[in-house]
Amino acid sequence: MATITIREALNQAIREELARDERVFLMGEEVAAYNGAYKVTKGLLDEFGPKRVIDTPITELGFAGLGVGAAMVGLRPIVEFITFNFSILATDQIVNSAAKMLYMSGGQYNIPIVFRGPGGSAYQVSSQHSQAIESWFAYFPGLKVVMPSTPADAKGLLKSAIRDDDPVIFIEQERMYGNKGEVPDDPDFTIPLGVADIKREGTDVTIVARSLMVPIALKAADKLQEQGVSCEVIDPRTIRPLDIDTIIESVKKTNRVVLAEESHPVCGINAEISAAIMERAMDFLDAPVKRVSGIDVPMPYAKNLEDLVVPDVDRVIAAVREVAYLD
Amino acid sequence: MSKQTAEQATAAGAEEQSSPDVATQPDKVDLATLQRDRDAAKERQKSRLGGLETETLIELYRQMILIRRFEEKAAEVYSAGKIGGFCHLYIGQEAVAVGTLSALRKDDYVITSYREHGHALAKGMTPESVMAELYGKATGCSKGKGGSMHMFDKSLNFLGGHGIVGGQIPLGTGAAFASKYQGTDQVTLCFFGEAAVNQGAFHESLNMAQLWKLPCIYICENNQYGMGTSLERAMSLRDISKKASAYEMASEFVDGMDVLAVREATARAVERARKDYLPTLLEIRTYRFMGHSMSDPGNYRTRAEIEKYQERDPIKLFSASLREEKIADEKLLKEIDAEVRKQVEESVRFAEESPYPAPEELYTDIYANPIDPSARKL
Repeated sequence: MATITIREALNQAIREELARDERVFLMGEEVAAYNGAYKVTKGLLDEFGPKRVIDTPITELGFAGLGVGAAMVGLRPIVEFITFNFSILATDQIVNSAAKMLYMSGGQYNIPIVFRGPGGSAYQVSSQHSQAIESWFAYFPGLKVVMPSTPADAKGLLKSAIRDDDPVIFIEQERMYGNKGEVPDDPDFTIPLGVADIKREGTDVTIVARSLMVPIALKAADKLQEQGVSCEVIDPRTIRPLDIDTIIESVKKTNRVVLAEESHPVCGINAEISAAIMERAMDFLDAPVKRVSGIDVPMPYAKNLEDLVVPDVDRVIAAVREVAYLD
Repeated sequence: MSKQTAEQATAAGAEEQSSPDVATQPDKVDLATLQRDRDAAKERQKSRLGGLETETLIELYRQMILIRRFEEKAAEVYSAGKIGGFCHLYIGQEAVAVGTLSALRKDDYVITSYREHGHALAKGMTPESVMAELYGKATGCSKGKGGSMHMFDKSLNFLGGHGIVGGQIPLGTGAAFASKYQGTDQVTLCFFGEAAVNQGAFHESLNMAQLWKLPCIYICENNQYGMGTSLERAMSLRDISKKASAYEMASEFVDGMDVLAVREATARAVERARKDYLPTLLEIRTYRFMGHSMSDPGNYRTRAEIEKYQERDPIKLFSASLREEKIADEKLLKEIDAEVRKQVEESVRFAEESPYPAPEELYTDIYANPIDPSARKL
C-alpha cells in the first residue's frame, strides 16, 4: 500500500488502463501538453503519445459527441471536462446520445465511455465554476454516476468505470485532489460500481455522505463519539445505480438518519434517498430524516459567504444531535 | 494542402453552381422556363451515364422507386392510424440517399437524422425491418424501441437516425475518428438537413474534422425548409457549401435531383477520405415534396413552388434519361415498380403480423453491464 493523493490515484488508474487496452484513449481540453488543468493527466502524453492522449479545442459539445460516436464503433474514450461546469454545454450528447443509444437501438449500440473531471464546490470561483450537478445526470436511466471520496475509491472506481461497457459520469471533487490515503499497489485492484462503502461503523445515527461530505461526516462522527453518540457513515460512492440496500440496512439498525450533500436541496440525491427510506424503512425511524445540503443559492464569491453555503462539520453535528433528540 | 483541395473540389462542382437556381422566384413559374430547366438537367444527367454498368443504373432506379413507394405506403398506414409518433418522409429526396450510398463500400459508416427511412433502405436494411419498426413491433430494426426516428442496424454499420437537429454530426465525426485511430480505411457519411447547419454541433464538428483530418463526409441535404421556416428566413449566408471554407475544408454544391451527380460528387469525397483521411462538406440541393412530418400540411409553400420541383422529380428525371438512352424501356421500369410495390406490401403484411415487444422488453437494453446485486455482498 502506498499513501498517495486522489490526484495521483486517478492518474495511476488512467495510466494503467491506457497501458492495458489499446482501445482506451483520453481526450479533453489541456489534458496532454499542459498535463491537465488540475494535473490529473500529468505525464500521460509523454508516455502514450498524441494518438492516445489528445488535446481538444474548447468545444465541449463537439468532443463529447465525438467520443460517443467513437464508442459506438469500438473505442473506449475517457473524456475529461476541465470541470463539470463545462459539461453543461455537452449535456445533449451525454443525455440524448450516450444515455439512450443502447435502448433506442434495441440493444445494438452500447456506449463504453467515461466522462470525468472535477465537480462540486471549488474555492472562491463564484457561481458558474462552483456547483454540484450530479443529480442532473443521476436522473437519466442509461447513465452511471460515480463520486469517489478517497484515493483508493478514486482509483478502484475509475478503473471499473473505464472497463465498464456503459456511459459513466465520474465526478471528482475539486477541493479533494490533494487528499491523501492508502491505495493498493495491485494493478488489477478495482472497486465494483454500485456498491456503497461503510466508511465508519456505528450504532446510534446513520450519516449518508458522498464526495466532499465524507471527510466532513467522519470528522463530525469523531466529535460526536466524544459526546457519546456513535455514528455510522455510509458512502454510496455510486449514486446511479444507488446501493439503497446498504443504506436501508443501516437505518434499520440505527433508526435515525442524516443525509449530507453539498448540492442544492431541491430535487437532489438526498431527496431521492429520503423518499426511498420513507418507502422502505419508515417504521424503523425514531426521528424524521434530516437533510444537510448546500444552501439554496448560486455560489457567491466572498469567502465568508461561500463558507456559509457548503455544509461543514458543525452543521452535520447539529443535524445528528437533532435526530438524536439531544438538544 | 487542404486549401488547394478545397479549391479543386469547388471547381469540380462549378457546373452545378452555375446552373439556374430553381429556388428563386417561387411564385412566378412559366412553363417554358420550367421545361428548359428540366431538359438542361436531363442533358447533364445523360452525360454522366457513360461508363456505368446497366446493372448499376437499374439498381439505382430500383432503390429510388423502392424508397418512394415505401414512403407512400408509410404515409398511407400513418393516416390509417396504424403507426404513430412523428413520421418524416423522404419523398423528393431519394436521389440523395441512393446516389451517396451507391458510392460507398459496405463496411463504411452511415449516420443521419430523423428523416432516415430512405438512408436505411439504401444502406441495405430490409423494408420489413424498417416497416416493422414504424409499427413498433418486436421484429423492427430497433426492436420497436426506436420508431421512425431511431432506426439502427449494427450489422450494416448503420449508426442510426437521431432526433435532435444536428446531434448526429459530432457522432459521425467520432465514427470517422475511430476509423483513423484503428487504421482502417472506412469512411463515414454523416447526413443532416440545412437547418442543422445553424447548430453549434455542425461548426464544432467541422472544425475538429479538418483539424484532425478525419475521414468524414458531411452531407447537407438542403431541402430549403427547416420545418416551416425557409432558408431565407433562417440563414445569413445561404450558400452552405461556402461554410466549409471557414474550416479550410473541401466542399461541393451538388444538384440533389440528379442521382448521378450525387454519386459522382460523393465518389470524389470518398476517395479523399479513404486515401488521405480528409473530410468534405457536400451541399446537396433537394426538395421534400411532403410536409416536414405527417402532421404538417405545408401551408408555408406555394403550390407553384412544389409543382416546379415536381417537374424536377429525381425519379422522373432518371427514368427519362434511362429510357431516352435506351438503357431501360418503359416495360422494364414498370416491372421494377410492380416488384417494388409487392415488396412494400409484403413489408406491411410482415409488420402487421409481427408481435409487439413483450412487456419485459421495457426493462432490457438500458445497460450493457447491469449492476449485479450480488456484487453488493462483497
